[in-house]
Amino acid sequence: MPRYFTKDHEWIDVDGDVGTVGISDYAQSQLGDITYVDLPAAGQWVKQGDAASVVDSVKAASDVYAPAGGEVTEANGALEGEPELVNTQAESGGWLYRIKLSDPAELDGLMDEAAYKAYVAGL
Amino acid sequence: MSAVNAVGWRPEMGPAQHPEHESSPHLTASGDKGLMLEEPLIFELGRPGSTGVDIDAVDRAVSPALARFRRKAQAALPGLTEPEAVRHYTRLSRQNYAIDLGPFPLGSCTMKHNPRLNEKVARIAGFADLHPLAPQQTARGAYEVINQLAEWLITLTGMHGVAMSPKAGAHGELCGVLCIKAALEARGEDRKVMLVPESAHGTNPATAAFAGFSIENIPATAEGRVDLAALKARLGPDVAGVMITNPNTCGLFEREMKAICDAVHDAGGYVYCDGANFNAIVGKVRPGDLGVDAMHINLHKTFSTPHGGGGPGSGPVVLSEALSPFGPLPYTARMADGVVHLVEEEDAATMGHSQSFGRMAAFNGQMGMFTRALAYILSHGADGLRQVAEDAVLNANYVLRSLEGVLEAPFGKTGPCMHEALFSDENFPEGFSTLDVAKGLIDEGFHPMTVYFPLVVHGAMLIEPTETESKAGLDRFIASMRSLAARAKNADPSLKTAPHFAPRHRLDETQAARKPVLSWQGG
Repeated sequence: MPRYFTKDHEWIDVDGDVGTVGISDYAQSQLGDITYVDLPAAGQWVKQGDAASVVDSVKAASDVYAPAGGEVTEANGALEGEPELVNTQAESGGWLYRIKLSDPAELDGLMDEAAYKAYVAGL
Repeated sequence: MSAVNAVGWRPEMGPAQHPEHESSPHLTASGDKGLMLEEPLIFELGRPGSTGVDIDAVDRAVSPALARFRRKAQAALPGLTEPEAVRHYTRLSRQNYAIDLGPFPLGSCTMKHNPRLNEKVARIAGFADLHPLAPQQTARGAYEVINQLAEWLITLTGMHGVAMSPKAGAHGELCGVLCIKAALEARGEDRKVMLVPESAHGTNPATAAFAGFSIENIPATAEGRVDLAALKARLGPDVAGVMITNPNTCGLFEREMKAICDAVHDAGGYVYCDGANFNAIVGKVRPGDLGVDAMHINLHKTFSTPHGGGGPGSGPVVLSEALSPFGPLPYTARMADGVVHLVEEEDAATMGHSQSFGRMAAFNGQMGMFTRALAYILSHGADGLRQVAEDAVLNANYVLRSLEGVLEAPFGKTGPCMHEALFSDENFPEGFSTLDVAKGLIDEGFHPMTVYFPLVVHGAMLIEPTETESKAGLDRFIASMRSLAARAKNADPSLKTAPHFAPRHRLDETQAARKPVLSWQGG
């Protein structure tokens, strides 16, 4: 399952036309302890680059931009009671939401894992 | 009294059972340490039925219409006598920190001294006891004060009009943005986008969103200012305006403000300037000359009225000629009879103000802040206000240059700062961050600086000393900061658990945010 990253530190796993979105481990390490995650509702349409989710940490509230557009199919309900999953499992169990991609070509502008690692190393 | 304190210890347990016995062998039976007081919650004090006032027993039948509101159980009110209640709050106030106790270096907050002359003037009975519904002819003096202050604000900013009623900074922002919205509607245009630079105050995007605009970010340049080219590239017929903080939250003056305003106007938009940092430029720069269309002025910052729990805010908004017709009602104006009147809805048409977008508040603003702000302005005079800005900027640069050797100053190399000095925790060892310095400052007896804001800097520490502090006071603060920076750099483990000398030590802020306990949990 291919995984793509954005310059704003979101990741998206793509399986057919369904994408799973989260923030990168680097992003959670910069934000510090996550205290609350505001998630989009199933059925909501998001455009690429929309602030579809907000992550609150002890330091700041940060918009999470949609890596690609589409219809939200599911939000990660586990984060409601355990927002710390974004800290402990940023790139697995701490996923934020799933979307049905409206235009998979939008993924072309994103980075693969190697490119993202190089990008973070340069920050 | 034997309330459980934060570490689970009660006085009757005796010193030996105190969890901190090893580190602090001189515990007292009361829990107090000399004049450092240990105070339980109010619900842990007193006895049920104890009260400072006598309330008559209800001997009449309650109206049947109200019967369903009859309380089913006792109200769980604390039972305290008057001296117990007074002592409780006075003891708590002893654990507080205030500008009257020491420097309050919160960046972008302008926590300056509140002169006692202001307080004397504000307590003059004719101002202090005036009812907001008093007939106009009995309130002439108050209207004269409001109008004089309004004229000063217009003069100092080089603007055309002012709305005095907004109650605080963000309320003033909303007032200014609603003026922009009304002006666009009057032109028959439906512009939906408000541009907000990364370096703006956080309230700016919130205000624009509340007023119905969608927000788009404008990036900052490497030297911490608005990227003019990026701004110009985004301007167009869908852009209502731009909200800019100047000086910005990196403590830098937006040197291209005039070019920014011209570009926005050429594209048919308006410029809102966040005036929270006006203290740095009062008497030196008039925002009206730069092309600003609306700007709020925090009287509780630049004009020394109390702030941060000490009093209500007040956020008058100065307006350009283009936006003034849309400003809110009521407002003060000197009419043909030579007397200052309050212009309400019924007079708006004859005063040529029928395009007003409406009201921001029931009455005409924070009278107690107007008297204080005018007292401050008149006691300083125009030259004194100019010196306020000069001294505030000088103090901030003294802090910047005194600390840039021990703390990373991201914009220190590009020139002087304005009213606030910005540092980052970029060069701290693994595990140490801005939060540790902030907590260490509490031990040093200072209120911490603004932390983790602005977001464009890693682990931001934003220090605004204001003109209030003397060089000796600044030197004491700088010595503490240098010591804390050295402790962080040496990875001093005791800094990770600071504060050690505050009534409570390092609190679990993460847990407090994740699982907040917001009410008394019984006892």
